[in-house]
Amino acid sequence: MFRRSLVILTSAAVIFVSLSAFAAKTFVYCSEGSPSTFNPQLATDGTSFNASAQPVYNRLIEFKTGSTEIEPGLAEKWTISKDGLAFTFKLRKGVKFHASEFFKPTRDFNADDVLFTFNRQREAKHPFHKVGGGSYEYFQGMEMGKIIKDIKKTDDHTVIFTLSRQEAPFLANLAMDFASILSAEYGDQMLKAGTPDKMDTFPIGTGPFIFKSYQKDTLIRFVANADYWNQKPKIDNLVISITPDASVRYQKLKAGECHLIAEPSPADVDSMKANSKIQLVEKEGVNVGYLALNTQRKPFDNPKVRQAIMHALNRESYIQAIYMGRATLAKNPIPPSIWSYNNKTVDYTYDVEKAKELLKAAGYPNGFETELWTLPVARPYNPAGKKMGEIMQADLLKVGIKVKLVTYDWPTYLEKSKKGEHQMIQMGWTGDNGDPDNFLNVLLGCGAVQAGSNLARWCYKPFNDLIQQAKQITDQKKRSELYMKAQTVFKAEAPWATLAYARVYRALSDKVTGYQIHPFGTESFEKLDLK
Amino acid sequence: MLFSFFKKCLALLPTLIGASLVAFALIRLVPGDPVTNLLGERGGDPTVVAEMQARLGLDRPLPEQYFKFVKNALVGDMGVSTVSKRPVSEEFWDRFPATLELSLMALLWATVLGVPLGMIAAMKRNSFFDYSVMGTALVGYSMPIFWWGLMVVIFFSVNLGWFPVSGRIGIEHDIPIRSGFMLIDVWSMGEGASVAFWSALKHLVLPAFVLGTIPLAVMARMTRSSLLETLHEDFVRTAKAKGVSATGVLIHHALRNALVPIVTVFGLLLGSLLTGAILTETIFSWPGVGRWLVKSVEARDYPVIQGGVLYIAFMIVIVNLLIDLIYMWVDPRLRKVS
Repeated sequence: MFRRSLVILTSAAVIFVSLSAFAAKTFVYCSEGSPSTFNPQLATDGTSFNASAQPVYNRLIEFKTGSTEIEPGLAEKWTISKDGLAFTFKLRKGVKFHASEFFKPTRDFNADDVLFTFNRQREAKHPFHKVGGGSYEYFQGMEMGKIIKDIKKTDDHTVIFTLSRQEAPFLANLAMDFASILSAEYGDQMLKAGTPDKMDTFPIGTGPFIFKSYQKDTLIRFVANADYWNQKPKIDNLVISITPDASVRYQKLKAGECHLIAEPSPADVDSMKANSKIQLVEKEGVNVGYLALNTQRKPFDNPKVRQAIMHALNRESYIQAIYMGRATLAKNPIPPSIWSYNNKTVDYTYDVEKAKELLKAAGYPNGFETELWTLPVARPYNPAGKKMGEIMQADLLKVGIKVKLVTYDWPTYLEKSKKGEHQMIQMGWTGDNGDPDNFLNVLLGCGAVQAGSNLARWCYKPFNDLIQQAKQITDQKKRSELYMKAQTVFKAEAPWATLAYARVYRALSDKVTGYQIHPFGTESFEKLDLK
Repeated sequence: MLFSFFKKCLALLPTLIGASLVAFALIRLVPGDPVTNLLGERGGDPTVVAEMQARLGLDRPLPEQYFKFVKNALVGDMGVSTVSKRPVSEEFWDRFPATLELSLMALLWATVLGVPLGMIAAMKRNSFFDYSVMGTALVGYSMPIFWWGLMVVIFFSVNLGWFPVSGRIGIEHDIPIRSGFMLIDVWSMGEGASVAFWSALKHLVLPAFVLGTIPLAVMARMTRSSLLETLHEDFVRTAKAKGVSATGVLIHHALRNALVPIVTVFGLLLGSLLTGAILTETIFSWPGVGRWLVKSVEARDYPVIQGGVLYIAFMIVIVNLLIDLIYMWVDPRLRKVS
């Protein structure tokens, strides 16, 4: 009897162990929201990119995991013409598109897919241009429509992009999520079937995971792509569990319902650190939080007043009070993780007396009254705008500047500030492509005053000339020199009080291996594994 | 009765027109539009912004935009979401069953527990039981739902591990969505359906419990006060004098007469749950219409706000109509009046 029981128990144990060994590895990522679309061309938010561009698609050029450097993706190599206007890409061979219940690919990835991808966004007459609303905010925002003059294929695996002007950040732009490569064959089939919208709701790409299903606002399921051209994913299934509240995400991580959670609440970080079953990973972000001074309005048109404000703000104290130590004091308008960061610029020290002297010299010995707009939403670059505003208010009062704090809800804040209705305003920026131009030109260039992203409304010729010149050179060393000079000019003119470079951090289960946090804040699932 | 029903239906039209007008006008009165929001911190060249606004029809005069919206709504076309680029009607029907499922479950337990508790409290007026129930009901009524929800999650899900933290069903069950009601859709699974049903039910318990907290308190208090009022009526005294048992008096005479206000409260609660479950939906990651509408206001997604509000108004109107019909069933006098 005993022997029989032993045999049964042993067999059960063997079956259990072998089942566990072969059990599918399912990785659960608890995201902060629902994707607005599964077509990265139509999206503007990181949530949508994490659910589409990252797992499902590839781009011609990719960012190295966890870095702002670029590496070959679906383009194996490329050459740039001497005048910097023609980019020739040699495409990777043998790359397979996913199959689904709607679509079975009959051919591998080729030049037609590249043409389809970009022409859909740039040509109003393209049969797919108006599908999904016809708004390609990122493509337009990066001025790709203006930059690309023509795209031609010379053979099935060679594509030439001709530019209308020299644009040094062009390669980095191609690594951005909106440049994800779609299948032209899938598009044709859906168009013939009269269901072109399916292309944006049931994505087909060449990426590491195949989209399986989406339960609205709840779950998104993916399975590993066994035919992936790059290293095959180590996990079998990827599930994105949509969990909008940060505290609940943390509870789910503790309960073992998530392996990785998006945007942990700063308030939970200490408790996460104390939990041995949770790993907390941090990295320098590609972002900057700042206080812009509207240089088109008095008294901020006077550089002395702006410099006085720099000296009056005790910016170092904000790092602890607002960012809870998870940020570094910002000196330049670009973060140190971006090449051409100028380490030699001299920062403004906290000096109340100097601030008063500068105000006196500017003709405001008794200070003045003004408004400060505080950020209404928590962003990675500024998690608590109102609280920061209150500290700034107290700092500025010490030099006689009486500040009224103002805020609006997010869309109103954006609209009013773009019209230049503010005086001082908190804002920030998370980089798109790791290029200095993406900060210096987008946020401080003369063209950006009209576009509304230059909130200091600062159009200063010596600065603008430098960054425009740098944009048209492909030699990174020469570009770097120009950007460094531009940062010195910026510092002297002080259109912003640079506040912080916030660190990005994620919490994950101790079972996860191979995770690398990406400085842009998006998630790469390709190299993940579970212990 | 049929005539009265149609008369009631006709009277609902002004409500719907009013709701559509208010939804349309209010969101346009606040600054910010879908395009500004989509462009975010980046902004956009004024010509690009103008082009995008024109594509959404936002450059047209407001009356023209409104009449176009009404004209399309009459044939069931509520427009396309500026964020998801999908038809508003599809977006709504994807979410409404989840809201309805949760609201009905919350009201079910609120009624099943609240009405008997209120009855017993009324019968044992001024007793320890009465004070305890009414005291607890007051606490339940004043409960901050967000805090309450998180406490419930931490206690029952994280510490005890009895229920999942959030979601509608375990991730191992890939249920094809047909009706949108998870408790129904799981049965299409064939083998393993009962396991999936159990998983869906377990996921429903905590959100329904949290969402039903305030309605439970309201039902208990309403039943008690309504019953107390009826218990003092002459016909109750007559019934008692005729020798009807205490339970008989309560069930057949008092409760039936006390039902009208209880049904009214039930209708009001259902109406408010259909729109007001935003906090519960957020805590439990429940894919309902409340959270969807709040997100659309943040994104200035005009078509979703207009269409969503109109749909919700329609649902509330339908609930009110049903409640009116139930009144007639409960109180024969109302049938005669109509």
